[in-house]
Amino acid sequence: MTLLSPTVEETVTATTHAGARDLLARPSLRDTVSQSLVMAWRSTKKMRRNPEQFFDVTIQPLLFTAMFAYIFGGAISGSVRDYLPIIIPGILAQTALTACMATGIQLREDMDKGVFDRFKSLPIARIAPLAGPAIADLLRYGTAATLTILTGLAMGYRPGGGFFGILGGWLLTIVAGWSLAWIFTWLGTIARSAQAVQGISMMIMFPLTFLSNAFVPAETLPAWLEAFVNVNPVSHVVTAVRDLLNTGQVTAQVGWALFGCAIVVAVFAPLAVRSYSRKM
Amino acid sequence: MNTNHSPVSSALAVRAAGLVKTFGPLRAVDGIDLEVRRGEVFGVLGPNGAGKTTMLQMLATLLPMDGGSADIFGVDVKQHPHVVRQLVGVTGQYASVDENLTARENLYLFGRLLGVDKRKSRRTAEELLGRFGLEDAGDKQISQFSGGMRRRLDLAASLIARPPLIFLDEPTTGLDPRTRGQMWDTIRDLVAQGCTVLLTTQYLDEADQLAHRIAVIDRGRKVAEGTPDQLKNQVGSSTLQLRLLDPAQTPAAVDVVRRVIGDEPVLTPEAGGINVPLPDANRAADVLIGLRQQELLITSATVQKPTLDEVFMTLTGHRADEPSDADQTPMEMSR
Repeated sequence: MTLLSPTVEETVTATTHAGARDLLARPSLRDTVSQSLVMAWRSTKKMRRNPEQFFDVTIQPLLFTAMFAYIFGGAISGSVRDYLPIIIPGILAQTALTACMATGIQLREDMDKGVFDRFKSLPIARIAPLAGPAIADLLRYGTAATLTILTGLAMGYRPGGGFFGILGGWLLTIVAGWSLAWIFTWLGTIARSAQAVQGISMMIMFPLTFLSNAFVPAETLPAWLEAFVNVNPVSHVVTAVRDLLNTGQVTAQVGWALFGCAIVVAVFAPLAVRSYSRKM
Repeated sequence: MNTNHSPVSSALAVRAAGLVKTFGPLRAVDGIDLEVRRGEVFGVLGPNGAGKTTMLQMLATLLPMDGGSADIFGVDVKQHPHVVRQLVGVTGQYASVDENLTARENLYLFGRLLGVDKRKSRRTAEELLGRFGLEDAGDKQISQFSGGMRRRLDLAASLIARPPLIFLDEPTTGLDPRTRGQMWDTIRDLVAQGCTVLLTTQYLDEADQLAHRIAVIDRGRKVAEGTPDQLKNQVGSSTLQLRLLDPAQTPAAVDVVRRVIGDEPVLTPEAGGINVPLPDANRAADVLIGLRQQELLITSATVQKPTLDEVFMTLTGHRADEPSDADQTPMEMSR
């Protein structure tokens, strides 16, 4: 199954009762994009009817930001205010990860429904039913990132990067959430149930967020742990967001974070489409 | 840039040869050949778990085939799945519409997915809602729909692309008789407009009413094929169900039937029950007179059209509801 269409569109003509029809041998890139957007429209309709889908991206940023800042602030940075430049980017990465975990779980639930049988029977790109929810979930990542930053500002966080630094950090968080969501989308297509996706996702998410520099400076950790933390992709995203928010500079870390995101999409999007096409 | 393949034309809408699907040790579809002509309704008749749905899913590119080959209007299913999907509309055993959307939104969604522009998608949705008597329910969420309404919406959704071939997987299972009649009318309309229909059913009556030709499937194999009349001639057009007062007289009654009808009756599991296949319903009187002359007393006698059970008894030697090793395919169990 091809993920993206080749440049040459082949057509097959079959003579049916309606006369000869020109039939595409595979969906074109344009069709693939427009079908994915229609699927995204479907997801937003779903979101509007089930607003509880936004609980994790509204309550969690508020709660975690306040909780972590007040509990760890004094111990790690001497004061809550000094801790905010460290913790806000950390919480941004963490909420993005939790939000994209939900992408996989919801996809799994969705796939058990009859309508996915119809999606499979339609002449549409195989990636569209997967890409649609991923695009719609940009709304969720955006909500999570906005609320986290606003909570930080309300608590006295004054990012040194200014408006464009904040905008950059906000965008990077959303891009990272969207890219990492493909891992969980893939899990959604291979797992047997939504509960299984949740279980596996938790096992991935906790080590990735807590064994990173999201909450504590990596230098305070034992050497072996520091080594892991330094290669953890989440650490790169956190550092990159910190650079953007606190200094407004597009550092090499930003490049590495984006590069990591691109690799994740390049690996997991085709895997997800392949296992989805084989399922059922 | 369009590079046209050589135009494919085929007198057949569906041609399948040696279709095989296995689920572990179970051969759900075990070498089925099928030829569906253009413009006809072809019925696939069989009990639960016979492999009907599995076969349809392979032809509709929903399941990979483990053996054999198939083409739709001359287009190979394995090599050009995307082309086949443009030619076939699939309506499943279970309504496959989106529960989170309203009826109108569902039809709009499928129109848009098929590349129809926004305005035309909205218009097509309205037309189809009207045609299927769902105008008033257009803004209701599907979760509030009755089974019959869902089934109609499901069929409506399959028609958006105006596919020349439609697969209907047990379109009336679980529907009340009135809704079933409406569904039959809709299917006849489709055929009148030139559609080819491949439908599966558990009801002989339904296949008889709708299909030009019927294949009977049992345990993944085709056991018979022909027009409804040919099939009914094989099983008799109707059945005389007798119940003897004294079960001990059964052998004597069987002798009478043999002499009068010239055919072997079927003994039912209840003591004293005899089912007599009749070439003509009027011959029932001859059997009853024969029994009377021999002073064999009955408690009841009814003349019935043959049921799927009897077709099966005759064609396969076992009852349709008898659990077989191919009782259910994993697909059906997982629902």
